[in-house]
Amino acid sequence: MSFFTEENRALAGEIIGRYPKRRSAMIPLLHVAQGQAGWVTPEAMTEIADLVDTTPAEVLGTCSFYEMFKREPVGKYLVNICVTMSCALAGAVELMEHAEERLGVRAGGTTPDGMFTLASAECQAACTEAPCLQVNYRYRYRVDTEGFDRLIDDLASGSLDGEIPQHGITARVRQHIPEDRAVGAVPPDEVNEAPVWLAASAPNGAGSS
Amino acid sequence: MASYTIPHAPGFVANDAPRIVTERFDDPASFTLERYLATGGYDGLRAALERPPDEVHSEVRDATLLGRGGAGFPAGVKWGFCPPGVWPRYLVVNGDESEPGTYKDRLLMELDPHQLIEGCLIACYAVGLSQCFLYIRGEMALAQERVAQALNEAYEAGWVGRNICGTDFSVDIVLHSGAGAYVVGEETALIESLEGNRGMPRLKPPYFPAAIGLYGLPTIVNNVETLSNLPWIMRNGAEAFTAIGTSTSPGTRMIAVSGHVQRPGVYEITNGTTTFRDLIYGEDYCRGPHPGRELKAFVPGGGSAPWFTPAQLDLPFEASEVGPQGSMLGSGAVMVMDDTTDIPAAALTLTKFYAHESCGKCVPCREGATWLERVLRRVCGGTGTPRDLGVLLEVGASISPGDFPHAAVPERGLEAKPFPYQMTTICFVGPSAFAPVHSALTLFPEEFEARVAANAHLDADLSGDPVSEVPVSV
Repeated sequence: MSFFTEENRALAGEIIGRYPKRRSAMIPLLHVAQGQAGWVTPEAMTEIADLVDTTPAEVLGTCSFYEMFKREPVGKYLVNICVTMSCALAGAVELMEHAEERLGVRAGGTTPDGMFTLASAECQAACTEAPCLQVNYRYRYRVDTEGFDRLIDDLASGSLDGEIPQHGITARVRQHIPEDRAVGAVPPDEVNEAPVWLAASAPNGAGSS
Repeated sequence: MASYTIPHAPGFVANDAPRIVTERFDDPASFTLERYLATGGYDGLRAALERPPDEVHSEVRDATLLGRGGAGFPAGVKWGFCPPGVWPRYLVVNGDESEPGTYKDRLLMELDPHQLIEGCLIACYAVGLSQCFLYIRGEMALAQERVAQALNEAYEAGWVGRNICGTDFSVDIVLHSGAGAYVVGEETALIESLEGNRGMPRLKPPYFPAAIGLYGLPTIVNNVETLSNLPWIMRNGAEAFTAIGTSTSPGTRMIAVSGHVQRPGVYEITNGTTTFRDLIYGEDYCRGPHPGRELKAFVPGGGSAPWFTPAQLDLPFEASEVGPQGSMLGSGAVMVMDDTTDIPAAALTLTKFYAHESCGKCVPCREGATWLERVLRRVCGGTGTPRDLGVLLEVGASISPGDFPHAAVPERGLEAKPFPYQMTTICFVGPSAFAPVHSALTLFPEEFEARVAANAHLDADLSGDPVSEVPVSV
């Protein structure tokens, strides 16, 4: 029994093919898995291990290092409120307190209806637009308590469905390398000379020195 | 009905300074191939391809393009560190921007992805890098979409991939999304992550990426902003580049100024000559603190940088001047605190960040950052004692022994201690956890003392060393 859908299996194959070593595809494949289920299931990790020629324990090791990979279900919307310095100077702590009250959960918790997971997050690179937050990694800038309430209302009513995909899907545009344009990834041990354009200009292969 | 509009260039503020990397930012279609080609796009690559790779490399070396990621090392010199005769070589683009306060690579990726792609191609051509991995921070969904879209367009149009512009130059650029880990912005951790591992830094030496990088092979790791400068340099030449700014810090830099100023923003400033005073108070820039407030302190180069006070305002964005005064320019992030700021609490927001982001590989950082956070939290919460302030310094010294860099404090007769610091850890995350605590304690000790004074009697109970008096039976 396969975890990945047929479409995602094909996508996984395409992604793996871009790397000189299969294991490099591990994080991208964990994203594909999370996009499919909303979180990273044990079944997904086992299948990724097969795909990149390693063990499920190794996949778990990598997966558990990275904040974005959730190893248990989270809400449809993950609301990450930045609490690092610039946002804290602009009232992020008060915003977080309001958010906890509004959603009825503490930071880290999920609402009983499974709609929202609230989390405190580290610097999101929007420091001039503080306080900021991300919903499923889509920015909201200069959020005050009223703005927060409006956002939650809009998310709950579905009026932002077009803009904010469900948790697990980050980028909705994927890279696709057309076959006739691809150079192709080569295992490193199969290359032992300078690339042609460099060799042509420096016959000894010394290249740029 | 949802009524929220995402701004085209959030935070970016144009001004009269020369613009190298942000010249297309005002155009609402800046990220499309069509607009890019209509505004000189890929001309830099075409110019490069007409010259031998060595010459392109020399041009970049002559431009003294300093790395914009944090360390400020000249890109052209770094490129020269690849050992001759070892193939293949790779390019890894560091788009894992996560340093607190830093906010420029995201805009460059969202608003001008083709400029970055063109920069990658120029670097690959010059140094003979046969594949490029463009690592974008996981949380930056829009940047990933814009770069993916731009790569798809560029492949279709023949700018990336096999036989670029009909020459024998061929290179693939692979978009790679991260998944949330600050430490992965460190170049060796970035490589670990790209190999599918936990993002833990490698020891240098021997793991200098230019010699032993991705898959153990020569790898150039360059920051997004650094590479985004290359098309302009190839179009206009190194001489035009060094004509802007100073000879040791030429060109421009993107600086994000946040915190307590009237007009926070991301500005492209002239490198080397612009001062912190220009930036924080200038009419073209941040216009000073809010009315009725005074500047108290500022972080000059991202969360990891020791803090400055108004006494350092006249320093320019020039590493050789900022270093001796006790801090660093880092990744181009200034965070401003006015006189309403609770200094210990502000330091806590940063130390908490580093404690959370420590990868756990080095004990002094893993344990030390956590203890710094816990003790500081106690002090901020009103249950700390005077002894805790000594504990903070002691824990910090186990991460970074010796004199820790700090600004001068003339009223207490303290001279500046120059950057950098010593460290007991593999990478800079450890000392970075201590930087805000040390700065706050050194520059504003009275704010800490006031928090703990009432609890002085609690320290007395801990005098002596009762543990050693407990009889031990074996």
